[in-house]
Amino acid sequence: MTAPLEPRATGSATLSAAELAAVRADFPLLARTVRGGRPLVYLDSGATSQKPDVVLDAEQDFYLQRNAAVHRGAHQLAEEATEAFEQARGEVAALVGADVGEIVWQTNATAALNVVAYAMSNATAGRGGAAARRFALAPGDEIAVTEAEHHANLVPWQELCARTGATLRWIGVDDDGRLRTDELTSVVTERTRVLAFTHASNVTGALTDVGAFVRRAREVGALTVLDACQSVPHVPVDLHALGVDFAAFSGHKMLGPTGVGALYGRRELLEAMPPVVTGGSMVEVVTMESTTFAPPPQRFEAGSQMVAQAVGMGAAARYLAELGMTAIAAHETDLARLLLDAVAAVPGVRVLGPTDTRDRLATVSFVVDGVHAHDVGQVLDDAGVAVRVGHHCAQPLHRRFGVASTSRASAALYTTAEEVEVFADALRRVRPFFGLTDTPTDAPTDAPTEGGTR
Amino acid sequence: MSSPMEQLYQQLILEHAKTPHGKGLADGAAAESFQVNPTCGDEVRLRVHLAPAGADGTVIDKVSWEGQGCSISQASVSVMSELVTGNAVTTAEELGETFRALMGARGQGLDEASEDRLGDATAFTGVARYPARIKCALLGWSALRDALIQAGAATPTTTEQDQPATGTTHEENR
Repeated sequence: MTAPLEPRATGSATLSAAELAAVRADFPLLARTVRGGRPLVYLDSGATSQKPDVVLDAEQDFYLQRNAAVHRGAHQLAEEATEAFEQARGEVAALVGADVGEIVWQTNATAALNVVAYAMSNATAGRGGAAARRFALAPGDEIAVTEAEHHANLVPWQELCARTGATLRWIGVDDDGRLRTDELTSVVTERTRVLAFTHASNVTGALTDVGAFVRRAREVGALTVLDACQSVPHVPVDLHALGVDFAAFSGHKMLGPTGVGALYGRRELLEAMPPVVTGGSMVEVVTMESTTFAPPPQRFEAGSQMVAQAVGMGAAARYLAELGMTAIAAHETDLARLLLDAVAAVPGVRVLGPTDTRDRLATVSFVVDGVHAHDVGQVLDDAGVAVRVGHHCAQPLHRRFGVASTSRASAALYTTAEEVEVFADALRRVRPFFGLTDTPTDAPTDAPTEGGTR
Repeated sequence: MSSPMEQLYQQLILEHAKTPHGKGLADGAAAESFQVNPTCGDEVRLRVHLAPAGADGTVIDKVSWEGQGCSISQASVSVMSELVTGNAVTTAEELGETFRALMGARGQGLDEASEDRLGDATAFTGVARYPARIKCALLGWSALRDALIQAGAATPTTTEQDQPATGTTHEENR
């Protein structure tokens, strides 16, 4: 952006054509061509977003002007590096409605979710003293997740159960891809200690009714852990207002660099939680016998940090805030409508997930009858259209729908209506290319032969 | 001149994907291998059926398999099962090596003698231009090699011996 735009606090005003053109000019990569000169149509932002100049500049500026070890050293560069690092933390906190001390840098969202799971393991082993007992688990305790989770918010909880003897339970997904909120009362009970759930599915694009989940968790005294990877880049997120206990999101999906992500934790919880990765930078007093630990967030930031990436993630948060998450969300709701219409217009293509734009992202996963997702992706790629194919790290959700893989078109703030048209044209060519008629009588080739045994 | 994508999806590949050979598991196999490509969920369960050893050593009587996946992976198993049936295990192993070399040839193909030996499998030459698809074409060949090793008909290489024993379910390209 050449000039910051006024944040839009209310209303559903979408990005104007001029604003969208200005946004696209901020992302140099979007101008490149692929596969023999075709303009790139990047519909894989759910996997990773492209980066605006301001993020690249912030990282480079840090290395060119401010690079030094943070939180140590008394020289001017160390002061400036520390200030840039902490200012970035503040910008990320401001974007998601958190206090600055509630944001812990992690290498990615997977690491952030594992910190919570392993801290609970350490508490179970007696680490962290009396204050940490609230995190300890025992056989008979339960952890609840949902069938829509990315593996990153499922496998760490499976492993925590295996280490502690707790039992994993889950909330199902309905035929539209929405979470079965009606199952909350039966699945989340007095035995539930953690309720971990996604804010938005990376497959169906469905947004979760976080309020219903938090209310039920509070009724039974369970901790809530929100996977906010897919929501933070696309919709306004206010973690204090949502009332969750923990949240995780990655930098690279929200226009920031790879190698950095954030763990949010309510201050009193972070203060009570034992550390996970230990070593330098996260301590107070170290003797040969024992160590006392720094307060959060430093307690969870052992060793040298990814300072330049954190500065880049801060710049990304500022960029999103200046453009305004309400306007971005409105633009992406328009794109969701266009994507859904485009897919619906092609014979033999069906969507996994909501087909209305209420509470959903512009992330549309679909199956082309008779054509494997890999082959769909190849034909789209030949037209310059980049989509994700496979199970998108959500095998249980795919199994729920009886398919092994899907193709996924996922938009972002820089996606245009014209790009959706290119995608639609290419999608229409898929079935004919593989010799299939427009009357889909072919059975999907995609049904797993190993029903749920893998 | 056809586009790289048309070179990828040769007519022969599309036909084999639609009407695969050897599909359907048969009884009496010497060994079975289950291979998965974890990035896309493609899978193949392949059985190798051996004939009594003759002058050329052990001969592959037939290959039977079941699987699901993209047209490249399914067609590749189909073409492979046609190619190796009736051949000595040593010949099948050589064909596998040649096919792996073809997949490393970046779409340039191999020498004439090698391509003659590969026959229909040369239709996969264009796959080697697309690094993400090479695994698809190799899935069936990996299953065949694994099944032959399990049947005691082929010898694992040093690196294969180093891998932990995972029975028939070890995953391809983890």
